[in-house]
Amino acid sequence: MTYDVAIVGAGVVGGLIARELSRFNIKVALLEKLNDVAMGTTKANSAIVHGGFDAQNGTLKAKLNVEGTALMPVVCEKLSVPFKKNGSVVVAFSEKEMEHIKVLYERGIKNGVPELSIIDQAELRRREPNISDEAVGALLSESAGIVCPYELTIAAVENAVTNGVELIRNCEVKSIAENADGYVLNTTAGEINAKYIINAAGNFSDELAKMVGDDSIELVPRKGEYYVLDKSVGNLATHTIFQCPNEMGKGILVTPTVDGNLLIGPTALNIEDKDDTTTTPEGLRDALQKALKSVPVVSIRNAITSFAGVRAHPVNDDFIIGWCEKSANFINVAGVESPGLSSAPAIAIFVREILEEKLALTEKENYTDTRETPVRFRHLSDEERAELISKNPAYGRIVCRCETITEGEIIDAIRAPGGARDVDGVKRRTRAGMGRCQGGFCGSKVVEILARELGVPMSEITKFGGDSKIIYERTK
Amino acid sequence: MLNYELVVVGGGPAGMAAALEAKKNGVNKIMVLERAETLGGILEQCIHTGFGLHYFGEELSGPEYAGRFIKLLEDTDIDVKTDTMVLDVASDNTVTAVNKKDGLLKIQAKAVVLAMGCRERPRGALSIAGSRCSGIMTAGTAQKYVNIDGYMPGHEVVILGSGDIGLIMARRMTLEGAKVKMVCELMPYSGGLTRNIVQCLDDFGIPLKLSTTVIATHGKDRLEGVTIAKVDDKLQPIPGTEEYISCDTLMLSVGLIPENELSKNSGLQLDMITNGPRVDEYRETEHAGVFACGNVLQVHDLVDYVTQESQIAGVGAAKFIKGEKVTGDCVYTKGINGVRYIVPQRINCKTDGDVKLYFRVGAVFNNAKIIVECEGKEILSKKKVKLCPGEMEYVIIKQSVIAELPANAEITVRVEA
Repeated sequence: MTYDVAIVGAGVVGGLIARELSRFNIKVALLEKLNDVAMGTTKANSAIVHGGFDAQNGTLKAKLNVEGTALMPVVCEKLSVPFKKNGSVVVAFSEKEMEHIKVLYERGIKNGVPELSIIDQAELRRREPNISDEAVGALLSESAGIVCPYELTIAAVENAVTNGVELIRNCEVKSIAENADGYVLNTTAGEINAKYIINAAGNFSDELAKMVGDDSIELVPRKGEYYVLDKSVGNLATHTIFQCPNEMGKGILVTPTVDGNLLIGPTALNIEDKDDTTTTPEGLRDALQKALKSVPVVSIRNAITSFAGVRAHPVNDDFIIGWCEKSANFINVAGVESPGLSSAPAIAIFVREILEEKLALTEKENYTDTRETPVRFRHLSDEERAELISKNPAYGRIVCRCETITEGEIIDAIRAPGGARDVDGVKRRTRAGMGRCQGGFCGSKVVEILARELGVPMSEITKFGGDSKIIYERTK
Repeated sequence: MLNYELVVVGGGPAGMAAALEAKKNGVNKIMVLERAETLGGILEQCIHTGFGLHYFGEELSGPEYAGRFIKLLEDTDIDVKTDTMVLDVASDNTVTAVNKKDGLLKIQAKAVVLAMGCRERPRGALSIAGSRCSGIMTAGTAQKYVNIDGYMPGHEVVILGSGDIGLIMARRMTLEGAKVKMVCELMPYSGGLTRNIVQCLDDFGIPLKLSTTVIATHGKDRLEGVTIAKVDDKLQPIPGTEEYISCDTLMLSVGLIPENELSKNSGLQLDMITNGPRVDEYRETEHAGVFACGNVLQVHDLVDYVTQESQIAGVGAAKFIKGEKVTGDCVYTKGINGVRYIVPQRINCKTDGDVKLYFRVGAVFNNAKIIVECEGKEILSKKKVKLCPGEMEYVIIKQSVIAELPANAEITVRVEA
């Protein structure tokens, strides 16, 4: 198969680039080495849309963050992805830290961040009643928001696939050869030919670049650990609450998620193994202790789960986006750590503009820029529910009790373009299994529905692809 | 809008017993709503025996125990809707539910019995460090895979928590050919019944490691092993005692939590210890006409006790519907000095019978005395050779004693070691 463009990596960056390119009359493949999209850094981060005051003036991070944050509500609206402009505060715990707040403010103004102001202790307390008594003031960034990063990616890919992009999963690029027509990608899903390659391989973008002789990308895998707290304490914070940043990142935050949970984290630890998403007792303890500094009433009793993500920290501290110097038609989109999610909508456009320098793009006539709104039974009124069930009885069976997710929604998630292939895929698309019982009751039902929809035995259904089997052979 | 005298939320042992008892006591129109496709609740996957010794005086399997009640229910005119999920119980006792056939159902009830049962505490609540690989599941989920779906959930198993389901699954997995390496228990004592430790672990040579927990899980896709460690008296892992145990499955049996989402949404305050609604001696909650029984109220050791408690709620609901239930001033109960909680939390001063106070202790006590007091006076005391957190206890307070207590008095129950 020959494509005009092969995008390697279906995270939020690759997914939004795929959507952007699906507007044009070119053949695009989106290659993902795992069983689903959004499986790397995208699924395990702070889920924050940053104001844009943190990055140094003149960097790509600064430019794309401010642009991306402005685009985010629009993109989310089109893709029917919940976005909440909840605003963020960077809290100062001393007069010295207030000085740093002023530095951030000045930097933000230069970066072009709108709705930025410094607030005093009283105003901070008015906005965040649970904030620590030690807090003396804060930088308020009202354009900041929260979004679910994997939901955004899933929606972007679904929209891209609807517009003709081919999503190829379980497709790990092993090597790349160049010939007169472009590239031959040797993958675990066979050979794929492409005229252009866009390297959106996240933590592995350095390795992909090396396959075309480019060893200029220097990344340090940096692990962050998080706790997710129950929705019953989701209102302990209204804004995203940061502490003053340090050289390892923006520190531990306490934030509501767009789904109504409370999230605390991330820790920041440079590691060797890019796949090391294990949580550690020390890391989780650290996350909690530091979160208590901002919001002392946070309690671990309300934790429903914990997770760790690995972000690709670029040694030069800025995104690496542009033509590869060692190979003609290869674009690197590397080192996209925070504020990568915030920047992603702008990165997609920026990359398309770069591609246009060499590849002429004409717009499709039948392009649709919206994704059909998925059914969210839990948000409907009784009248809407009654009508829905009368049309399709599958919406009348609740599978996940904690989150009120129906069988109909699970079937939709599997049948959607680029739909779910495993239990975690169903969970990310529908929230089935994401509640308090963490799939204790509905897990086996989801396995059953997946097996039925995919036409395979239950024992072939995995948690997240690979060897992540859930059950084995038949009992005797 | 449908109209019923009584709506029972949940068709497990609690819901069935409450409905049947209400019927027996003269309630005419009763509806039982069950979210699973069959009545019986979790008993349907409990194919081991040990049920019914107290209630029926014989040893039955879970499905047999449930089957007897299903049969009794079928012989009445009680309406049952299975595969039906209740979404809301409003303050006027209107119940909203959904299913595939009827769509959205609204039922106006005079009284409601909450009998939703309980769920298992998941891994996340424990914050075990490590990877998010497959092969980590609650014992109940594993039980469903083996007994209902007919699939093996693993071959080499470590079980964390010595709750009864964990113990039962240790035996079940062994019988199915899996190697159960050990059961780890954080506390210095087991949370399960003594008979289950003997019959499910000792008989099969499966070690029970007390004061031991799992501190990390390992494995990229499927679980490959766990790290266990001894814990100190503050339940913190002791450095240097870590041990790697290879296994492809970690089963959790670390506690049960009453499923009170509906109760909470309807505005009921939960007891901090039981995680169930606060009730009077007929299991009426703080909302008039709303009763709760079975594991949604407090987690029981034996289904036989669930049945007995639910019959009390059934009688209470019938009395309420007929306008015969006592109301008015109450006395309140409180567990102190080793007694963690008491159900019921309040008793009507004018109650019409003796009242059993159910409770659990917070630690193991040998040769102890249970003392019940009110306003500084001892009401009764009872000697016990052994008290442990895994076994629910009770004392009976005479109606004549309650009648003499002043309104709002506090009855305390304590352990004297």
